Amino acid sequence: MGVEGIGARVARKEDKRFLTGKGRYTDDMSVPGMKYAIFVRSPHAHAKIKSIDATAAKAMPGVIDVLDGKQLTADGIGNLICGWMIHSKDGSPMKMGAWRPLADETVRYVGDAVAVVVADGVNEARDAAEAVIVDYDPLPVVTDPVKALADGQPQLHPEAPNNLIFDWELGDAAATDAAIAAAAHVTEVKILNNRLSPNAMEPRAALGIYDSGDDHYTCYTTSQNPHLARLVMSAFYNVAPENKLRVIAPDVGGGFGSKIYIYPEEIVCLWASKRTGVPVKWTCDRTEAFLTDAHGRDHVSTVKMAFDSSNKITALKVDTIANLGAYMSLFSSCVPTYLYATLLSGQYDIPAIHANVRTVYTNTAPVDAYRGAGRPEATYLLERTMETAARELGLSPAELRRINFIRTFPHQTPVIMNYDAGDYEASLNAAMAAADWDGFAARKAEAERRGMKRGIGMSCYIEACGLAPSSAVGSLGAGVGLWESAEVRVNAVGTIEVMTGSHSHGQGHETTFAQLVADRFGVPIDSVNIVHGDTDKVQMGMGTYGSRSGAVGMSAVAKALDKVEAKAKKIAAHLMEADESDIVIENGELKVAGTDKSVPWFQMALAAYTAHNLPAGMEPGLKEGAFYDPSNFTFPAGCYICEVEVDPDTGKTEIVQFVAADDFGNIINPMIVEGQVHGGLAQGIGQALLEGVHYDPDNGQLLTASYQDYAMPRADDLPSFKVSTSNTPCPNNPLGVKGCGEAGAIGSPPALINAITDAIGNNALTMPATPEKVWAAAHAAN
Amino acid sequence: MAKITMTVNGRQVSGTCDDRTLLVHFIRENLGLTGTHVGCETSQCGACVIHMDGLSVKSCSILAVQATGSSITTIEGLAKDGELHPVQAAFRAHHGLQCGFCTPGMVMTAVDMIARHGSNLDEATVRAELEGNICRCTGYHNIVKAILAAAAEMGGARQAAE
Repeated sequence: MGVEGIGARVARKEDKRFLTGKGRYTDDMSVPGMKYAIFVRSPHAHAKIKSIDATAAKAMPGVIDVLDGKQLTADGIGNLICGWMIHSKDGSPMKMGAWRPLADETVRYVGDAVAVVVADGVNEARDAAEAVIVDYDPLPVVTDPVKALADGQPQLHPEAPNNLIFDWELGDAAATDAAIAAAAHVTEVKILNNRLSPNAMEPRAALGIYDSGDDHYTCYTTSQNPHLARLVMSAFYNVAPENKLRVIAPDVGGGFGSKIYIYPEEIVCLWASKRTGVPVKWTCDRTEAFLTDAHGRDHVSTVKMAFDSSNKITALKVDTIANLGAYMSLFSSCVPTYLYATLLSGQYDIPAIHANVRTVYTNTAPVDAYRGAGRPEATYLLERTMETAARELGLSPAELRRINFIRTFPHQTPVIMNYDAGDYEASLNAAMAAADWDGFAARKAEAERRGMKRGIGMSCYIEACGLAPSSAVGSLGAGVGLWESAEVRVNAVGTIEVMTGSHSHGQGHETTFAQLVADRFGVPIDSVNIVHGDTDKVQMGMGTYGSRSGAVGMSAVAKALDKVEAKAKKIAAHLMEADESDIVIENGELKVAGTDKSVPWFQMALAAYTAHNLPAGMEPGLKEGAFYDPSNFTFPAGCYICEVEVDPDTGKTEIVQFVAADDFGNIINPMIVEGQVHGGLAQGIGQALLEGVHYDPDNGQLLTASYQDYAMPRADDLPSFKVSTSNTPCPNNPLGVKGCGEAGAIGSPPALINAITDAIGNNALTMPATPEKVWAAAHAAN
Repeated sequence: MAKITMTVNGRQVSGTCDDRTLLVHFIRENLGLTGTHVGCETSQCGACVIHMDGLSVKSCSILAVQATGSSITTIEGLAKDGELHPVQAAFRAHHGLQCGFCTPGMVMTAVDMIARHGSNLDEATVRAELEGNICRCTGYHNIVKAILAAAAEMGGARQAAE
């Protein structure tokens, strides 16, 4: 592999700037004449806007202008859209209500943007925003998705009677019902998946710059996919045509899904820059982030899992209600459908599956993809059900899983997915060995002597990553293709720049993508620059989410490298008067195999650009591009085991060990992969133990709108993790990689809840398992 | 408007700002030192930690005027002569950062923590002391490892010098 090639534990190239305060995030950007925006937001969860009076605000010191939704509408700025069409089972298209970047008639959640103040400074803008008088006529509120579907409830959008967006199904209902009717045992569970706030540490920000000389816009923004932002802002929001709009996502401080979407604020900053004639910067504060960043999860499900007399699963039936909030965010419709129900087979051979999903509007912030996006919801549901079933059937959790594992590949599930490779028992065995599962009984007895309740739980997850084959997602309703692009530019001195449509916001692409080049050509990674996040530098790309940068983004780089390699070999063969099939590239040299003839890499590159002596008919230069469209999803899988001690007097849970055994296929940089798992585990443990977004059901006020109210995982909430990997390479991409960004957040919540419920002897526990809930459940069990 | 004079990273600086300006905004906007970050407004996340007269301080919880006359070190002032501070080097070696946004505050907190505890730090102490710094990327695993490694190295170095 070489010291910097594929598989090497290389320290990150990007670290120096982050460690020395030289990172360049959107809020760090400053341009001459720049002014500041503060949004006027609705304090009501549901209300008609009767009037907006900005007279006093406009007269305040430093205020340049106050703009509202009527002006935005008059200027032709379009509605925000959901980019994935889902049809209900009756064939009707999803009911998408209008989402104005600035609400002009109705506000539908607390935080809905109503107007924007542009002023010389943030303080002046904030003062003026408080002086904008908005006269509201409050309307009744509904925040609970189950309640919102009932008759007589407040109606959010006229397009969606009873707040129902779509009523969708996947799988064979008749076969599933028949199998349940014939089952030897049916396990029934109600599953709540708690609503979360993504909480990237960098709050969202946007800087809109309109250049009247060229009628051109530049947008710096906290985006995971700047090209998609440009496409959508051009094609749907009418901000500017693509050739007049440059979107730059510089260093981005975490995303976890929340920075995939195009929010009202970046559109408004661009529009306001043209209206006011000055560059306009907006930076979110944390309370605004809690109010307006797309939330995650928020599912209510009922489950029936049927078993035959040999404990084989014969059917799975799931009914889910998913809360999508007040508006349909960009990918909100695909999360509880094609990213959720398609994973309900888990690691198990289940002959019949049927899922019904209803999505619902409520007076809450929009809900969209958050780390894992649908797959954590599927995994939590399945693995809590498996645990419950094992307890009911009197089997060990491992035994029930072993009985039902898929063991031959490829495997076609009844819910679309075709698993290409995997070895689930290997992960299970690795995790059980690492956790010393067999020694648990002794540890439990020892804890018992100290008055502590000790429990152990496992979770076997699978996810679909490497989003995604374009024609497949197109047939399922996606508005875009999910390929990736790359361009490899070899400079005349042999240094290399790689332009990628993937975007790094913590994943370390500047290092791992350079490792691919180092591996291929034997050049040091310091001679390779990875360029991303700027629509002027990279032609097109689909960005980073769904653990797609390795499987799709790197595969595009690999494809472009193939073309560079082929041309480099032709040049070298010509220079050495050898046959190109005899040329090998090693340690930065192009050699004629079996001889001592060689040309250094830089000399070949220089020859490509001097063009004094190239093969007949060859174009000068050395620059190649590629688009890579995957042929299938990838299927990372693994087994997580959590061991806890619960203090029966306080209900406090301590995680005494957490083991992760993952199969990510081939690995480019194990250090970075481990870091991704650690971070995912922390977010999953946060969901299971600490985090939860709460709205007041009567008035729709967000009760968890700061770090004093929303419990983020801190260092002393978490243990050090034991992580390991096994490898069944992915057969469907050139690098054999599967993706590792979301696994931790997908696999960990059920392992933790299975462990706590094991400890307290009561299976009725919902996330987050706060000390109060655990105490109550433990006492209810006795 | 307030007139502020202070020493930042060894250099005398001055500027004027609104009386209500927080130190973090003075550092970022007036001085252009954007390595110190703002991740919340409730003094919880620790992305804004700097050193003021040798103590770690959340620069979002103090007014710029309160810092006048003080000596401030920000993340930009930690590396000397292009050499990473041992804590910075340990964060890199142990992959103690991903998106980098919480990193300046984490590093400044860690430097202060090691100065107070020396090489006696253990994992439980590091985790307890990180209570005021939130990271969403790393799960803290490698941050804890990096701080322990830096503490061991710096403690060892101090012993060698004695």
